[in-house]
Amino acid sequence: MNAPEKAQSAIGASVRRKEDYRFLTGGGKYTDDVTLPGQSYAYFVRSPHAHAKILKINKSAALKAPGVIAVYTGDDTAADKMGGLPCGWLIKDVKGEPMKEPPHPPLAQGKVRHVGDQVAVIIAETYNQAKDAAELLEVDYDVLPAVVDAVEALKPGAPQVHDGAPNNRCYLWSLGDKAATDAAFAKAHHVTKIDITNNRLIPNAIEPRAALAHYNRADESYTLYVANQNPHVERLLMTAFVLGLPEHKVRVIAPDVGGGFGSKIFLYAEDVIVTWASKKVNRPVKWTADRSEAFLSDAHGRDHHTHAELAMDKDGKFLGLRVKTIANLGAYLSTFGSSVPTYLYGTLLAGQYTTPAIYVEVDAAFTNTTPVDAYRGAGRPEATYVLERIVSQAAREMNLDQAEIRRRNFITAFPYQTPVALMYDIGDYKSCLDKAQKLADVAGFPARRAEAEKRGKKRGLGYSTYIEACGLAPSNIAGALGARAGLFEAGEIRVHPTGSVTVFTGSHSHGQGHETTFAQVVAARLGIPVESVDVVHGDTGRMPFGMGTYGSRSIAVGGAAIMKALDKIEAKGKKIAAHLLEAAESDIEFKDGKFTVAGTDKSVPFGGVAFSAYVPHNYPLDKLEPGLNETAFYDPGNFTYPAGTHIAEVEVDPETGVVQIVNFSAVDDFGNIINPMIVEGQVHGGLAQGIGQAMLENCVYDQETGQLLTGSYMDYAMPRAADLPSFKVDTHVTPCTHNPLGVKGCGEAGAIGSPPAVVNAVIDALAPLGVKHLEMPLTPERVWRAIQGKPTKVA
Amino acid sequence: MAKTHISFNLNGRPVDVLAEPRELLIHVLREQLAHTGPHIGCETSHCGACTVDLNGRSVKSCTVLAVQAQGGNVLTVEGLATNGTLHPLQEEFMQQHGLQCGFCTPGMLVRAYRFLQENPNPSEEEIRTGMSGNICRCTGYQNIVKAVQHAAKRLQAAGGK
Ligand code: FES
Ligand code: FES
Repeated sequence: MNAPEKAQSAIGASVRRKEDYRFLTGGGKYTDDVTLPGQSYAYFVRSPHAHAKILKINKSAALKAPGVIAVYTGDDTAADKMGGLPCGWLIKDVKGEPMKEPPHPPLAQGKVRHVGDQVAVIIAETYNQAKDAAELLEVDYDVLPAVVDAVEALKPGAPQVHDGAPNNRCYLWSLGDKAATDAAFAKAHHVTKIDITNNRLIPNAIEPRAALAHYNRADESYTLYVANQNPHVERLLMTAFVLGLPEHKVRVIAPDVGGGFGSKIFLYAEDVIVTWASKKVNRPVKWTADRSEAFLSDAHGRDHHTHAELAMDKDGKFLGLRVKTIANLGAYLSTFGSSVPTYLYGTLLAGQYTTPAIYVEVDAAFTNTTPVDAYRGAGRPEATYVLERIVSQAAREMNLDQAEIRRRNFITAFPYQTPVALMYDIGDYKSCLDKAQKLADVAGFPARRAEAEKRGKKRGLGYSTYIEACGLAPSNIAGALGARAGLFEAGEIRVHPTGSVTVFTGSHSHGQGHETTFAQVVAARLGIPVESVDVVHGDTGRMPFGMGTYGSRSIAVGGAAIMKALDKIEAKGKKIAAHLLEAAESDIEFKDGKFTVAGTDKSVPFGGVAFSAYVPHNYPLDKLEPGLNETAFYDPGNFTYPAGTHIAEVEVDPETGVVQIVNFSAVDDFGNIINPMIVEGQVHGGLAQGIGQAMLENCVYDQETGQLLTGSYMDYAMPRAADLPSFKVDTHVTPCTHNPLGVKGCGEAGAIGSPPAVVNAVIDALAPLGVKHLEMPLTPERVWRAIQGKPTKVA
Repeated sequence: MAKTHISFNLNGRPVDVLAEPRELLIHVLREQLAHTGPHIGCETSHCGACTVDLNGRSVKSCTVLAVQAQGGNVLTVEGLATNGTLHPLQEEFMQQHGLQCGFCTPGMLVRAYRFLQENPNPSEEEIRTGMSGNICRCTGYQNIVKAVQHAAKRLQAAGGK
């Protein structure tokens, strides 16, 4: 192997993506691109009402429609004893009682609870026939009053979503030391208070969800192709909790997946129903969501209302933080819906600061809306938004610079135990802030502001110094906190006789570039070219049991599992090499793709060892098995803690309320970086979603009828190319201390850090006009009204 | 419903299909002609995942009836590379990391292909506006813009096309 090749595959090189060729040439294979012989099509009949009793369903006309194969309703699933969709995290409330866990039937049982709730499925020869037949399905509803806002839902007298959840409360949960926090407030010099809404979002991966199931009578097995981020979890939940099928008879394949952002983590009703129906009709059954269904049925994100208070001493040192949040869970508990506003939220409220006392309470409500679950960041953006908004507001009230108040409160010594359960292993917040200030040319800001002022424009600068917890964390600790799943990852290294390698990972790539990044990790370790390493993911029939991709965990947990498997490969390789080189095993070193007897020039290349392992003629067969194929499972010892500084610079036209982001700078600490190009791309994408939340996106329901008012791309504003600036991004590295690659994960940082930076910048711009508060998204109308002193009431 | 016979050129090759009058071009391409490069992201002409080139114009093939392609020339992402050699746009999308999940990419590429013929030497702002009919949820667009800029330079150096 020559030198340039090695540089190409080295860790830290921006290797071009191995997966790109197929995507660039139309060769990607997404679920809807898969066609099976004899395939039929499913169409779901969904509730047009937010809340109603189902009095009667008459199938007969639909069953007679052309091409219709079957029509199934909740009666059919009940007759087959189909279970409900399970929730993966049991939260205990302030009294130690388990959360209310009302059933979540895949097809409605007597009642619908949100617009889009599944009522029936029609299976036909073509999609259009199924859809046409849906018009003929007669469903009699008794429409009930609905409640869509979580604050309203918790009030006495609100319509009740579930009989088993009085007052619509799923749980009232708390974290932190209340007495210590109250004591901190008692001695405060100043208290900053804020009431803040985290606007509800709809994830909108551009590939709509899809599922294609096939039942094979010959061996009673099922194959499910599904747009999903974690096929093993999907299979486990579906077989063990809902369908009662033997797990080994179900193969779940998540082929190319067109973006997830959390929304494809969950086990959805449609996946279950097409799998079940494929046996009933003995045909493959395909379902692909149209965009309207995606708006109504993909789990939504965010939707918090929060009151927060920050106590400070006279120098702006934080003494205590008190947070009360009302979280909307939607109509049912989605797979991880309960964990998002609790363990992924409350635990992050220390941020980058030494605040010694923190107390948070979260009141989680059921409403007549689509279930809410993890969306890029999942809880951490909500925590960051509360904290970074209140910190910037505190700076204004204390007459301190936004950066200065942060500097005064930064954690500087590690490891650091926060008052909200997390132990930060490492970080360097000050360096990130310094670097971001240079990148954003903060020194030149006053001049730019003065220049804008001459043009009648208001300029502002907004900061966000965020932290997140990724690579979710020891299985046993999470289990003690209520997680019903493990949190490890699996990796298998299959070395072929000629020395090339196939890697099987439980992580799933739906845009993140694992086929390249993971190949780099393996190639660098084994000293072979990246081209000699292929990565396989997304198929329970091929990989060992893994947990998939969410929470920026792939490299930190999945990469670590691969490293552990490589340890085993190296250890076995040394034994083989020792035999081949007639040396003691302890004298063998492995470096640059060669096993060498230390201090000599006697060596055997990696490929030679691989060959011996599979053609074991000269081989210690009495002591060692042939073959070179190792699997490892890695359970993380702690979370990883990516952190950084985002700075937004905006210009506001006070005449129109139009906000322009003129500059956005992000300096992130993701630990060691395998492929800078891919990492930068992840940051860009996260920023686009965060800025989308801050500027454009908003999910709105009609308060009376519970209809989704933003159920299309005409009503829900997606960020387009012309809506966004070019970002300036850079990194600062403190390697993670507890995983073998020293990596932290980078997928969510952009979406977590950016919203408060943008809003803080606009408030900074408009503070001279008396604007103190704004809610996302910062539409021109809202900004203009705030300037006029008539802020919009936020739903 | 009675079917209509439709003939057109798909990526330079003549094709014949039978389609219902209500059938959309995207469905004929994906389901009858096995061209699954163009994707369906919305079917309401907002996302651009289905963008193809019809008679020298970018169209959203979810909003074009298949019969409208009668006698026409249709270019999809599958027709951009020649004999396995990537078009400069494809090459630059790879070099500049202008794609992540790849779902929007076929539409982006075909739109950019036409855009650079409409405006061979665009500014960043013109690219952002010219590509605004195509949504990407993954990349934040920055690297797509960069890829189009780089491809424009290469195409200009090569004398267009
Ligand atoms: S599918 Fe045609 S524009 Fe979205
Ligand atoms: S790359 Fe995923 S939508 Fe554009």
